[in-house]
Amino acid sequence: MRRRDPLARKGLLRRLPEAWRQPLAVVGAVLAVAWLVIALAAPVLAPHDPLAQDLPRLAPPGPDHWFGTDQLGRDILSRVMYGARVSIPLTLLLVALSVLIGGLLGACAGYFGRWADETIMRVADLVFAFPTVILAMVVAAALGPSLANAVLAVLVVAWPAYARVTRGLVLGVREREFVLSGRLLGFSAWRSLRVDVLPNVTGPVLVLATLDIGTALLLLSGLSFLGLGAKPPSPEWGAMVASGVEVFDSWWVATFPGLAILTVVLAFNFLGDTLRDALDPRTARAIKERAL
Amino acid sequence: MSDTPGPPPSGGAGPSSTRKEPPSGSAGPLTTRTSPRRGAHPLARFLVRRVLLAVLMAWGITLVTFVLTNLVPGDPVAANLGQRALGDPAIVAQWRAEHGLDQPLWRQYLLHLQGLLQGDLGTSQQSHRPVSQDLAEFVPATLELAGAAILVSLVLGVAFGVVAALRRDRLSDHALRVLSLIGISVPTFWLALVAFYVFFYRLQLTPGSGRVDAALGLAPAVTGMQTVDALLAGRWDIFSSAVAHLVTPALVLALYTIGLLTRFTRSAVLEVLGQDYVRAARAKGLPGRVVLFRYVLRSALVPIITVAGLAFGSLLSGTVLVEAIFAWPGIGQYAYKSATTLDLPAVMGVGLVVGVVYLVINLVVDVLYGVIDPRVRLQ
Repeated sequence: MRRRDPLARKGLLRRLPEAWRQPLAVVGAVLAVAWLVIALAAPVLAPHDPLAQDLPRLAPPGPDHWFGTDQLGRDILSRVMYGARVSIPLTLLLVALSVLIGGLLGACAGYFGRWADETIMRVADLVFAFPTVILAMVVAAALGPSLANAVLAVLVVAWPAYARVTRGLVLGVREREFVLSGRLLGFSAWRSLRVDVLPNVTGPVLVLATLDIGTALLLLSGLSFLGLGAKPPSPEWGAMVASGVEVFDSWWVATFPGLAILTVVLAFNFLGDTLRDALDPRTARAIKERAL
Repeated sequence: MSDTPGPPPSGGAGPSSTRKEPPSGSAGPLTTRTSPRRGAHPLARFLVRRVLLAVLMAWGITLVTFVLTNLVPGDPVAANLGQRALGDPAIVAQWRAEHGLDQPLWRQYLLHLQGLLQGDLGTSQQSHRPVSQDLAEFVPATLELAGAAILVSLVLGVAFGVVAALRRDRLSDHALRVLSLIGISVPTFWLALVAFYVFFYRLQLTPGSGRVDAALGLAPAVTGMQTVDALLAGRWDIFSSAVAHLVTPALVLALYTIGLLTRFTRSAVLEVLGQDYVRAARAKGLPGRVVLFRYVLRSALVPIITVAGLAFGSLLSGTVLVEAIFAWPGIGQYAYKSATTLDLPAVMGVGLVVGVVYLVINLVVDVLYGVIDPRVRLQ
């Protein structure tokens, strides 16, 4: 039988439907779903080939090209749509990996304590000692500019937040009676972590992850903007904004990919913020303290 | 920061006398493990501990930048020498020996560390000048920009947060929530571009790029910050021009931290508003303003200051994305140029300097903690 912390159950399951009645969550969900649909259906929806350079150059937005064309004669609307297939899956993968790595390390630190705790948390502290964009930039520059390396660089700066949150939450339940009795019954450390501790940790970590999707996308597109991410022909949003810097007075080149980033980030921030409020205030506070 | 580790879970599941961990794990930077030594003043002991920790972290930062520099798959020789020099093995060997590349890695690190202690950050492949010289030239401009931005963020963020908390669940609270969420969702580099286009190119409300009008010339350098230098020199024309140039980039940079601080101030103030001593202060008839400033804000300030210290890090990061667009001659633009041309020594130099500045800021914040809040016990 699974033993859950009754508070966690109340926080996540019973209050979730209420959260969905929040207008912010609805707007966020609609935006997120819309972008997922665009990403999936880009080949059907996009009016042009995102890489074809056969249109008039730098045409302003009009009935033929809703978002205009760029300096190489490519349709910006199509590129923005295809951009969703680059940025969104990578961001989701990135956050999933950070949750996995950070969560696992944090759980070990919190559960085993002593040297495991010391080693893991000191490394996390070291990462926190750098402002994120700077460290990500340094890592991406060292690995060499490519989208995969940019993802790796963001991963390096993203995992410690999860390690901290998970560690704090694990510390909180580690000595609760149901965990101790499990250990007395002869559960192995692994089983105890999986069965007794994990269910109490997942809720807050998922909220943090939702909030983090926006941050991760901002970082990833920022690296591409710096030229440390996607390579030129790829319709990546950050790189598209960067190309708009060169043709400054053709405002549409940079504006639309930027709006794409903004709306995706906003969607997940709206969702995450509502989710956090829906959780019970005790865990909500724990997230707030760790999320930094 | 970690707490004293409690008894291991498998160890004697003692009665309820086992120490309860607070639900959130740890409370703050001051509740770290300290050996119960006697004698020294607790504040002094705390300071020494924090400074030692900061030095240790700074050492860690040098290690990180060094390891990263050596991770580079590209051959630094190829990056630094021209085609013709590369063809000559003698020149290549000489260059490698000159830069210590023929030594084992750990000796290279020691050499690197020795260089750092003497202020040698390597040579930029772009400017062919020492990185330290480049940085010294660019740091003041960035500090001016980031300083202005943190000032704006603190004033606006705290004000918005207090308003949101006091008018909880009213229209203004909801509006501020949406606005602050938008603030933390806007890509800074894009906003900089849009602001530049709209306010300078289209409306011509703000001066364009740079720090002062070229016609006025720069104020005599004392601090390297134009606004301060202009004031010191008594040049009001330069001062107003410098401020006009500063406004847009500072606001663009500040938007994210304004959003962040609004949200944190709101929750910090809400937490304090529910405390008994606030209710007591109200009950005994103190005017609302006194309660707000002397009771509520003072204790809400502790979490706010912490967040502001961390927010300064995101401001420093943001300069990389903002300065390039406003042609602001700071380390952000330097980092941008170095990153786009893969000038590694320069990128690492920026990482190192920003990391250390950030470390110092957070050290100051930790000390401020104790000054602002007498309840914080220096164990």
